[in-house]
Amino acid sequence: MKELTIISGKGGTGKTTVTAAFAVLAKNTILADCDVDAADLHLILTPKEISNADFIGGRGPQLDSEKCTRCGECQRLCRFDAIDFSEESGYSINEFACDCCGLCALACPEEAITMVDTINGRWFISNTRAGKMVHARLGIGEDNSGKLVTLVRQQGKLLAQKEGSELLINDGPPGIGCPVTAAITGVDLVLIVTEPTLSGMHDMERVHGLCRHFDIPAQVCVNRFDLNLVNSQKIQDYCTEHNLPLVGEIPLDPIVNKAQVARQSVVEYDCGLVSQVVRDMWDKVEKELNL
Amino acid sequence: MIIAIASGKGGTGKTTIATNLALVAPASQYLDCDVEEPNGHLFLRPDISEKRDVTMPIPKIDEELCTYCGQCAAACEFNALAVIGKKVMVFSELCHGCGACTFICPEKAISETTKVIGCLEIGTAKAVETDELFFVHGVSNIGNPLSPPIIKKVKKLVNDDCFAILDAPPGTSCPMVQTLMGCDYCLFVTEPTPFGLNDLVLAVGVARQLKIPCGILINRSDSGDDQIQEYCRREAIPILMEIPFDRDLAFAYSKGEAAVIHSQSLKEGFQKLHQRIVAEVGK
Repeated sequence: MKELTIISGKGGTGKTTVTAAFAVLAKNTILADCDVDAADLHLILTPKEISNADFIGGRGPQLDSEKCTRCGECQRLCRFDAIDFSEESGYSINEFACDCCGLCALACPEEAITMVDTINGRWFISNTRAGKMVHARLGIGEDNSGKLVTLVRQQGKLLAQKEGSELLINDGPPGIGCPVTAAITGVDLVLIVTEPTLSGMHDMERVHGLCRHFDIPAQVCVNRFDLNLVNSQKIQDYCTEHNLPLVGEIPLDPIVNKAQVARQSVVEYDCGLVSQVVRDMWDKVEKELNL
Repeated sequence: MIIAIASGKGGTGKTTIATNLALVAPASQYLDCDVEEPNGHLFLRPDISEKRDVTMPIPKIDEELCTYCGQCAAACEFNALAVIGKKVMVFSELCHGCGACTFICPEKAISETTKVIGCLEIGTAKAVETDELFFVHGVSNIGNPLSPPIIKKVKKLVNDDCFAILDAPPGTSCPMVQTLMGCDYCLFVTEPTPFGLNDLVLAVGVARQLKIPCGILINRSDSGDDQIQEYCRREAIPILMEIPFDRDLAFAYSKGEAAVIHSQSLKEGFQKLHQRIVAEVGK
């Protein structure tokens, strides 16, 4: 079984658009939406849920104000400014600031703080017209998105084994932080979707740096390439210089948004140029993965 | 006054809006909190006068004092320590720098050293009409998984006398929450597509939990459907500005050029946006 992750660094370059199209073009594939705090793939693939479960991301502190003697030790030690105090209600834990490190629970002389399992979200296995899909919803403002990405990928792999699928396609999150790391470590190939803007290029180089850091093979796709041909040439030069295969250049076309509004992937909605480029790109990626 | 420019979905135009607003708002300060992929500097081209490392404490084990009791590893919620036989391993990339291991060690065998996880760059840029625009951004090192400690350091440099604009990272998890906490107002930049709406609803959920008033800016407002307007009406969230798609503008953006310098009407539009935000915060 092979594993492909689609990332970008910069958000909004078209990761999910490409993922949804690949999902439709690939035969016998499993999909995993690893952008767990702003998941969008389900909007195109309209999954029918088969099963779901809580995501227990870790443990968090719970304060029993009956036992609290207001000694303030927890607030003094907390490095995340997550212990609030008011004269009326005493000490309390600010769950948004809390990093769930448990130091307050270790330190409380009254054992008024205990660490309890926290439910940070839910994850799902669903049927879609492009194959089975694992996806998740991180609770609003919740921690542990990297862990949830790891869980979604693990479940995707298990499902692929069970179903005898030869490919797992992961729709990755933006950035270069912990959820991205969780989405790319150990995969067979990363496809970086970028755009010919200074931001897109800047972020592509950083995310490519991350791939090199973990020694993961990568390929590049330029979306909206005709928006700035000078910059697209610069991306080509960067790819040549770094031995990065450039597998496709998608033109700027309102058809992409129209397909999204119609809840279809571009290859389903239209058979024009965008569709053709994405199909060619899929052929190259498929070849690289030896499918 | 502290304003966050956020979105949920990436690539809707947060940085475009944040930098253009910073260029026209009087006495403004721009702080890039998207430390994984900071882009504001590409448009504002600041003169950087100061660079500071951002460090994080990580444990250092004194093998002379250590009895390999394993309490540190048991206390660590992030599995950043392991005691194997007569060896304590520290996995610094998993460490959150919380100090629990140092606190719990009965032998006082754990002290702390620091690890550089990124940097802050501080400087000034030229605004359109005013003399100076204060600039700060945080940059996370490649391979560093934890951005909230860097965002926190960026926010420590907020100047209360300024119109401080925080350019938020995408998503709705810890880095975005860290950016929004303590803000007076949040402007969500979205686009009229199913992805834009889906992620906007999640992001508005964060602002509501944090009790931060918010408004919406619809970018490329003519490029999708009308579901955002309908959502805003239903939820009584004000739409502060709509910007239609403009290929010339997108081209200028691609070269790192600010919209307000190119277009008089957008300059006036952003000045109005500034006034509307100030009025909304005053409510």
